[in-house]
Amino acid sequence: MLKRVVLSLLVANALSTAAFAEEPKSGGVINAVIQPEPPGLMVGLVQNGPTQMVAGNIYEGLLRYSPKLEPLPGLAESWSVSEDGKIYTFKLRKGVTWHDNKPFTSADVAFSIDFLKQTHPRARGNLAQLDKVETPDDYTVVFTLKQPFGPFLGIFEVGSLPMIPKHIYEGTDYKTNPTNNTPIGTGPFMFKEWQKGSFIRLVKNPNYYIKGLPHLDEIYWHVIPDAAARAVAFETGKVDVLPGGSVENFDVPRLTKLKNVCVTGAGWEFFSPHSWLWLNNRQGPTANKKFRQALMYAIDRNFAKDVIWNGLAKVATGPSASTIKYYTDKVTTYDYDPAKAKALLKEAGYKGEKVRLLPLPYGETWQRWAEAVKQNLQDVGINVEMIATDVPGWNQKVSDWDYDIAFTYLYQYGDPALGVGRNYISSQISKGSPFNNVEGYSNPEIDQLFADGATAFPDSKREDIYLKAQKILTDDVPVAWQLELQFPTITRCNVKNLVTTAIGVNDGFRDAWLDK
Amino acid sequence: MSKLWRTMLRNPGGVIGFTILLLAIAIALFGPLLFPTSPWRMVQRPFLPPFTVPGLPLGTDALGRDVLAGIIYGARVSLLVGLVSTMAALAVGIPVGALAGYFGGKIGDALMRFTEFFQTVPSFALAIVLVAILQPSIVSIVLAIAIVSWPPVARLVRGEVLSLRTREYVQAAVVTGQSHSWIIWREILPNALSPVIVLASLMVATAILLESSLSFLGLGDPNLMSWGYMVGAGRTVIRQAWWITLFPGIAILLSVLALNLIGEGLNDALNPRLNKEGR
Repeated sequence: MLKRVVLSLLVANALSTAAFAEEPKSGGVINAVIQPEPPGLMVGLVQNGPTQMVAGNIYEGLLRYSPKLEPLPGLAESWSVSEDGKIYTFKLRKGVTWHDNKPFTSADVAFSIDFLKQTHPRARGNLAQLDKVETPDDYTVVFTLKQPFGPFLGIFEVGSLPMIPKHIYEGTDYKTNPTNNTPIGTGPFMFKEWQKGSFIRLVKNPNYYIKGLPHLDEIYWHVIPDAAARAVAFETGKVDVLPGGSVENFDVPRLTKLKNVCVTGAGWEFFSPHSWLWLNNRQGPTANKKFRQALMYAIDRNFAKDVIWNGLAKVATGPSASTIKYYTDKVTTYDYDPAKAKALLKEAGYKGEKVRLLPLPYGETWQRWAEAVKQNLQDVGINVEMIATDVPGWNQKVSDWDYDIAFTYLYQYGDPALGVGRNYISSQISKGSPFNNVEGYSNPEIDQLFADGATAFPDSKREDIYLKAQKILTDDVPVAWQLELQFPTITRCNVKNLVTTAIGVNDGFRDAWLDK
Repeated sequence: MSKLWRTMLRNPGGVIGFTILLLAIAIALFGPLLFPTSPWRMVQRPFLPPFTVPGLPLGTDALGRDVLAGIIYGARVSLLVGLVSTMAALAVGIPVGALAGYFGGKIGDALMRFTEFFQTVPSFALAIVLVAILQPSIVSIVLAIAIVSWPPVARLVRGEVLSLRTREYVQAAVVTGQSHSWIIWREILPNALSPVIVLASLMVATAILLESSLSFLGLGDPNLMSWGYMVGAGRTVIRQAWWITLFPGIAILLSVLALNLIGEGLNDALNPRLNKEGR
């Protein structure tokens, strides 16, 4: 069997040293904000955003990802794929220990796969094509797939497939294991204490397997429930790091104007939050393709980008965010053109029927955005009624398909097979979830393309398939794509090298250092 | 009635109140003729301070909407909610109070316990719960305000009726064989109305405040521009743009003040002990 090495440790080392323009300094304590307070830190059991953000520095995955979503060595130092795309062989790093000094071996990897299949819904989906896991020796893991699965190398991120200590969890009830409260990982930071409602404290792992890392001594994650208070805490110097989404958008320009403050939109490439309007394809005016296209022309997305998101976004061209694999902008694009929208509405035979618009109840920004979109639509003669809901109400209405237009945003996880297809293929039409094919778009050609795309091999074949799918979807406008959102990470400028990977702050403290 | 007016006009507070209220009503009725475009329309750059761009004397809000247009359209919502919800509260409170006061006994007890049941729940909390359950819309807001504000009316009317039904002219009506409804409607209620009118004017003010508070908390009708909504939406950017919250805040203040002054004036005019001409 001929194997080809995808990326070696050497290349990765070259990449990471290139990022170090200055000589990193050792020591120091960083104060960050965590919003909201996570329900737990055992990332194999809980996968909320804040859990992943803290736990990503305690636990590790087999791979890490560059901002371009290329795999980087994590707990695996090298990997290879068989020519038929079915067998993946990972070589693990030697000398890695858990925080309780037990060695990390291939047995832990096999155990973690079993563990996560039971507890982690997204991991279960990602591992659907996995046939078996073999561990020929302590430092080799062989994954055999039922059929080729293109995105396979993209599922080893720490929040998606964290490595879990076998010696602690084997034979216990996972959910009630006492270690869940004092998590044990292999990561650069160790859990120290958690004062509920106040802060979570992590300390440096002195036995970390990369010499010289981490640079920082401690991290405090502060829990501050009020958005305005978080902004004030940053202004007064109590915290140095505001991860994406922890302050309201309108505070961002004010905070970034302060002295010694740096902001970056990077570090969300893996998640790629992509926003759109669900359009109910089953009934009402939105069932008409011409009407849906008219919506795309009627909405001034550049206004939303500049005014509502303060420029921290990018106008979306179609179903894929520009950061994820096989993205193309060579598709039908829709610029702001009210005249064209009116013409299309006429063609569609729209006679002023009432259309219900459901904003996303996630705070001011989303409310203002819905108001702007409503006005855009009214300007071209669409009779819009805004429906106010709270979060459970929104979930219920969207899951029950009780809407005409509804705001949303979802993560895309780097690959169209992981985070895009679910919103457009007809097998994902099922009541009860606000995250599947909620709009009810059904097109056998698209179904086939996404089915082929997931299992096609090699990559060039997948690319052809997904380019075609993007063209069809942008013509049909099953949903009205709005913006690729950027959640800015705001830091003091002397916090260096924090956002270096595709998941940013989630695993960034490994390489971060403090310039004094 | 002309006597009432004259007494009212002698009270400077009442005159000021009436002037402001008439102005607000005029704005609500005719303002949209001067500002035919929707107050939701984004007309200029966001966050324009007042008096910087001609045609936008009060500046623009976070989306570039005209603050002055918002205040003018907001007057409609505030006054409408205030009047309609007060009417609804009176429509429930007066009959309940009149029946309880007139019949007394078990009926009176039952009606008053029912009224007290509503009074034990903090009114603003009840209004929030009602609007949240019914989905925020102009109808649910009016309904919620009416539901929390009728009990005081019922208690007031009951007290008045209790005292009036022992009067001789009422007993005379009973003796002449008039029906209960005739006695309540023609003999008692007209004489019980003075304090109710005063209370009603204050209730309109309270209703405007309640609607503003609900909108401020994001429980307003999302399709209608109201003052409370403007204050609530501007609150988060108050450090960058004070004018978005200040002007609708002044509008709320003035209209509530006006209604309180009117209530005061009416009280003076309708109260025989204070009415000099009545002495």
